[in-house]
Amino acid sequence: MSNTLSPVAYDAKIEGNVIFTQVDAAINWMRSNSLWPMPMGLACCAIELMAASSSRFDISRFGAEVMRFSPRQADVMIVAGTVTYKMALAVKRIWDQMPEPKWCIAMGACASSGGMYRSYAVLQGIDHLIPVDVYISGCPPRPEALLDGLMRLQKKIMGEHAVQEQKRELLESI
Amino acid sequence: MIENIQKIRAAFPNAVLNETFFRDEYSLTISLSSLRDICLHARDVLGFNYLIDVSSVDHFGEEPRFEMVYELYSIRDRIHLRLKAAVSEDDCEVPTVSDIWPAADWHEREVYDMMGIRFVNHPDLRRILMWEGFPYHPLRKDFPLEGKNSDTPGVAFSHPAPLAGGPFVTVPTDGTTQVREPRARHAEDLTTPEKIIAQP
Repeated sequence: MSNTLSPVAYDAKIEGNVIFTQVDAAINWMRSNSLWPMPMGLACCAIELMAASSSRFDISRFGAEVMRFSPRQADVMIVAGTVTYKMALAVKRIWDQMPEPKWCIAMGACASSGGMYRSYAVLQGIDHLIPVDVYISGCPPRPEALLDGLMRLQKKIMGEHAVQEQKRELLESI
Repeated sequence: MIENIQKIRAAFPNAVLNETFFRDEYSLTISLSSLRDICLHARDVLGFNYLIDVSSVDHFGEEPRFEMVYELYSIRDRIHLRLKAAVSEDDCEVPTVSDIWPAADWHEREVYDMMGIRFVNHPDLRRILMWEGFPYHPLRKDFPLEGKNSDTPGVAFSHPAPLAGGPFVTVPTDGTTQVREPRARHAEDLTTPEKIIAQP
């Protein structure tokens, strides 16, 4: 009998696989590393969004490669492009169909502020309609900028109270 | 080409009000009442089988206020013809040519949407760019660039855009981008060179 083994109440093989953490930290870690985007591609920014998900930039390194064209399966809406007034309520409706928790990235100058379109036809920033978590500057932003915005969103998610904010928007609306 | 113009003048002696020739392009100013007859004549007799574009001009402050412009082209003869017809603001109605050239259908919808000119006997005269229920015609000169408030519940809404004293005009200069593109510049500012070369 070897004296290197000590009697324990559990199988020592799993000892190295147990970690202690908080629920918030664990849930946030899972959420932030598998953000499924809803690609709201409305203009040229959508081309950069496609480039970000293809092999050279490879958004899947950050767990956000699962572009969901159904809002019910998406976590983060990437508003990529010019939001015209004609499209604005459709974007809002798709946002409302996304289940919580959900986040929004305003990609590029147009989605953030209307951009160069100071015009009767263009909504002056998607934050007039839906809450935006991350704004990305650029016209259009490079894929690196989108990845940087995504990493900032991940950092923001890591600081949230996961359970407390689970249904925050729903509770506020009641 | 000259023969074609003469044929139109001969066929409609009272309808052709003016003609100009500039860089191989003929423009005929015609009366609105004979627009359809001249269009049919141009297509069937002269062979203008391709309608390039239908557009409209707003001469705000003049009477008649609007002007319709039709760009015709003959693919067989490779010649171009422009027809112009004045439209007064009071009736603001133009006979459609969408049965003569089907291409006119959406062009006329765009003119209706942007300028508010209605087309008599058009098969489907709806707005084509702005949404149904938008109360204005935004390409009219008296419509501000920043837009106006509107609300069609459940469809769309609009608010004036912040122009911050704009519109923003770029001026040709050797200066830096800051000099070339100030935040806002008024038309009267452009007259004095000191103001054009503004220090950032």
